[in-house]
Amino acid sequence: MKDKGLGSNGIGSLIFHTLFMIFIIAPLAVIILVSFSDKGYISMPFDGVSLRWYRAILDAPELMNALWISIWIGLGAATVASLVAVPAAIAIARYRFAGRDALMALLLSPLMIPHVVLGVAFLRFFSLMGWSGSFMALLLVHALIVVPFSLRLTLGAIIGLSRDAELAARSLGASRWVAFRRILLPLILPGVAGGWVLSFIQSFDEVTMTVFIATPGMTTLPVALYHRVSMLTDPVTTSVSAIMIVGTMVMMFILDRLVGIDRVLIGKK
Amino acid sequence: MSDASARTGSQPWLLSFPSIALFLGLLVVPLALTAILSFNVFDSMAGTQDEFTADNYIEILTDRYYFELFLRTALMSGGVTLLCILVGVPETIILSRMQPRYQGIFFVMILGPLLISVVVRTLGWSILLGREGLINRALVELGLIQTPLQLMYSMTGVVIALTHVMLPFMVIAVWSTLQKLDGQVADAARSLGAGSFTTFRRVILPQLLPGILSGSIIVFTLSASAFATPALIGGRRVKVVTTSIYDEFLSTMNWPLGAAIAILLLIGIACVVMGSNRIIERKFKQVFS
Repeated sequence: MKDKGLGSNGIGSLIFHTLFMIFIIAPLAVIILVSFSDKGYISMPFDGVSLRWYRAILDAPELMNALWISIWIGLGAATVASLVAVPAAIAIARYRFAGRDALMALLLSPLMIPHVVLGVAFLRFFSLMGWSGSFMALLLVHALIVVPFSLRLTLGAIIGLSRDAELAARSLGASRWVAFRRILLPLILPGVAGGWVLSFIQSFDEVTMTVFIATPGMTTLPVALYHRVSMLTDPVTTSVSAIMIVGTMVMMFILDRLVGIDRVLIGKK
Repeated sequence: MSDASARTGSQPWLLSFPSIALFLGLLVVPLALTAILSFNVFDSMAGTQDEFTADNYIEILTDRYYFELFLRTALMSGGVTLLCILVGVPETIILSRMQPRYQGIFFVMILGPLLISVVVRTLGWSILLGREGLINRALVELGLIQTPLQLMYSMTGVVIALTHVMLPFMVIAVWSTLQKLDGQVADAARSLGAGSFTTFRRVILPQLLPGILSGSIIVFTLSASAFATPALIGGRRVKVVTTSIYDEFLSTMNWPLGAAIAILLLIGIACVVMGSNRIIERKFKQVFS
């Protein structure tokens, strides 16, 4: 591909591209616009600008409660997922053993199984075990479904890494643990941290599985938002959504600094 | 990697033990329990019974209602896949012709929404698609239609919103194939006198086909298992497999039937993935090897 630059696209291509970008941005832009409305209902366009729907979030205790649960679940799930995925990634990247492919397939399987099916399975399991409404149970299944993201980014960081420094440390008498903590971990840290942030985002955004196992007192923000949107149309949903959009943009910026956003999203290299 | 540690027997299992324990306890066991549940007898008075039957499956496989439900879901997913191909492939080609600087900016804009909750994106579409929404207003202003279209609670609305949700996956899939493509082949075709359309149809498109196919599998399966978008945009009027599973579990409380529908969805999706993988392998063996 030689002649790069916007110019090598014809005028028709640029019109197509513009319409495409409008299509992509429109639903997000409209939420941010409507969230500043001063009307008591969702309307577009509107005349008066106000922050009343941002103040209204504070008066919606179930949304605030769900926000905190989502944050704690996300932090916990990302951490648990990293704790189990990093050693597994080292095993997969550094050893050849029978069942290695099966292990990889098992750990990536939450990506293949529809989240509705997972939600149903966890609902059944929790009701048999008496775990309904349990914070720990919700945290652990969130950890399970974000393991693939942590695994993939950690694997991406380990594969292609030279073992020389590690072997040198070992031959100089460092224990396995010291070699891991002082040599390997610092080298793969950007990948591990990127996996952690991506896992947090995926847990924070999850709705399809969680909608089955959430209980009135133990609900995550997307599920609370889902129920509110499906029942009534008050603009509080738009101000909460606008905050979630801005929050995600901040996380994307962090991810970009850690591992490069294209690498996270396209999964290359 | 043929050094001493590569032979250590128990080391990899020790390292992967925590993840295996988590997955056996919280994934394999619940899925097995759900498979068993799908064979349980349901009594509308007494609820789920411990006896076993195949009636749930027989009901789904013989009742016309469920046939239409699965057909509607397949058509919806097929429509979304087709739109993603028609819109996503040209856009990815346009992107590939841009300077890296612009590519970076537009990539973040196109792929970024993947990281924003699907409920938020769907809420945006429900504002746009309403009777008083921006799209209907614009169409009436322009004189293209007289009365507002019914886009909310319609299949059209669901397909539009789902296409928005799924497009990034198609762009990613086509982009990764496009990166492997040798631009000089297209240049050669052009220099040998092929027009730009012929070059596209005979040279570029066949090379992109594997990417388009793998993107289509991803888009199709994710559409068939999408919940929030069909539930919020389609509502009760456009029922699909996922929303009816939700209703069986949380409204009707017929868990065995809901579990059977869920297992059939899982099997259906597995068949689509494996079937298309086989086609890809057979068709593109000569391309890859």
